Amino acid sequence: MTLAEGILAGDQRALARLITMVENRPQEAISDLQALYPHTGKALVVGITGPPGAGKSTLVGRLAKKLRQLGKTVGIIAVDPTSPFTGGAILGDRIRMQELATDPGVFIRSMGTRGSLGGLAKATHNVIRILDAAGKDYIFVETVGVGQSEVDIVKTADTTLVVLVPGLGDDIQTIKAGILEIADIFVVNKADRQGADRVVAELEMMLDLSNREAAWRPPVYSTIATTNKGIDAVVEGIEGHIQHLRQNGQLEVRRRERYRTEIMAIVEEEIKARLLDLWSAGGLEQLLEKVAAREKDPFAAAREILQPITGNGKGGTP
Amino acid sequence: MTDRPIRVLIAKPGLDGHDRGAKVLARALRDAGMEVIYTGLRQTPEQIVETGIQEDVDVIGLSILSGAHNHLFPRVMELLREKGAEDILVIGGGIIPEDDIPALKEAGIAEIFTPGTTTQAVIEYIKERAQQS
Repeated sequence: MTLAEGILAGDQRALARLITMVENRPQEAISDLQALYPHTGKALVVGITGPPGAGKSTLVGRLAKKLRQLGKTVGIIAVDPTSPFTGGAILGDRIRMQELATDPGVFIRSMGTRGSLGGLAKATHNVIRILDAAGKDYIFVETVGVGQSEVDIVKTADTTLVVLVPGLGDDIQTIKAGILEIADIFVVNKADRQGADRVVAELEMMLDLSNREAAWRPPVYSTIATTNKGIDAVVEGIEGHIQHLRQNGQLEVRRRERYRTEIMAIVEEEIKARLLDLWSAGGLEQLLEKVAAREKDPFAAAREILQPITGNGKGGTP
Repeated sequence: MTDRPIRVLIAKPGLDGHDRGAKVLARALRDAGMEVIYTGLRQTPEQIVETGIQEDVDVIGLSILSGAHNHLFPRVMELLREKGAEDILVIGGGIIPEDDIPALKEAGIAEIFTPGTTTQAVIEYIKERAQQS
């Protein structure tokens, strides 16, 4: 039985193993991913992002539990940072989701970023696909704790939640570009802490100032994830946003944009792999030498490398 | 095989709250280039096995200081066998009397590391064994 067949038959081990393969040896996973593709497209993908320690994992655990009570199955991808020095990682998001560990309707996978800088792991979109094919109704993607500009999640999720907490700065932060722009829903967690009301007010003010198309104004929810306070409202908010996307066709538009990005990324990688293959017999080193000796500039060298594709050595459109 | 990180689950079964050793080891394995899934205190064998399977780990490291190892370690092995996941390497650490070790190994625990073991010894053991599989 192939891994794909195992996954469609509900085998958890096959599911876990294909995820590992996608992370480690993606080329070998292609045929299984192809076999799973017709079974995907049903899951709703919810992104959770925010600064370290905001309570993303706890919140995901609570949201998942609520959805389970509503009879939905849930996949969770929790990304933590990989060390740039050793390649190792501590993946600790599951600590906050312990009670879900033995629920057969929940599958949790921790991933290291392994060098990716946008807040996600490179294999994330394929892992989403796999969990989707395995029949999960909702897939939560929890990013690493982010700063201001790690926004890959918005290219990955149907709905993006930005989780904030009191004490991170004044209202000037709310008018900066970056992660605050990508929220479909805001969650102000640790709402029992001093200053939580002010964060809510500042976000509302920021939203008042926004001249982005007014079809959807991100709602701002207050939660205390550790005590389950405010969780039901967030689940309703997620459902409300998905419904909004469906009604005006935006869900399909967003997904189509993702397909475009994904296909182009595959094309890019294949071209790169093939060209490097062609140039691997020492030609590349010679070019490097010439660039180092100022006999050739980097643009000319790149065009020479691309010659097998462009034909004329000048680059540009065919 | 060499450029893939070894994945290790560090789990604390039982009811003791002493996780210093588990954390020190988790950090050391991280610094040795491994991906360490750390799940915190008071895990049931069921939670540990389910987590090990979902995370597709190469190794499960069980840390215990409560004295309940003779019950909890074999239970983990039993559940792994039930799930067809007995290929995952399981090692144990903590305050475990010498006399208990043979029976634990009999139950399928590959190695027991007692107080005084260096983190380097555990790293080398895991690297050697994980590369065989």
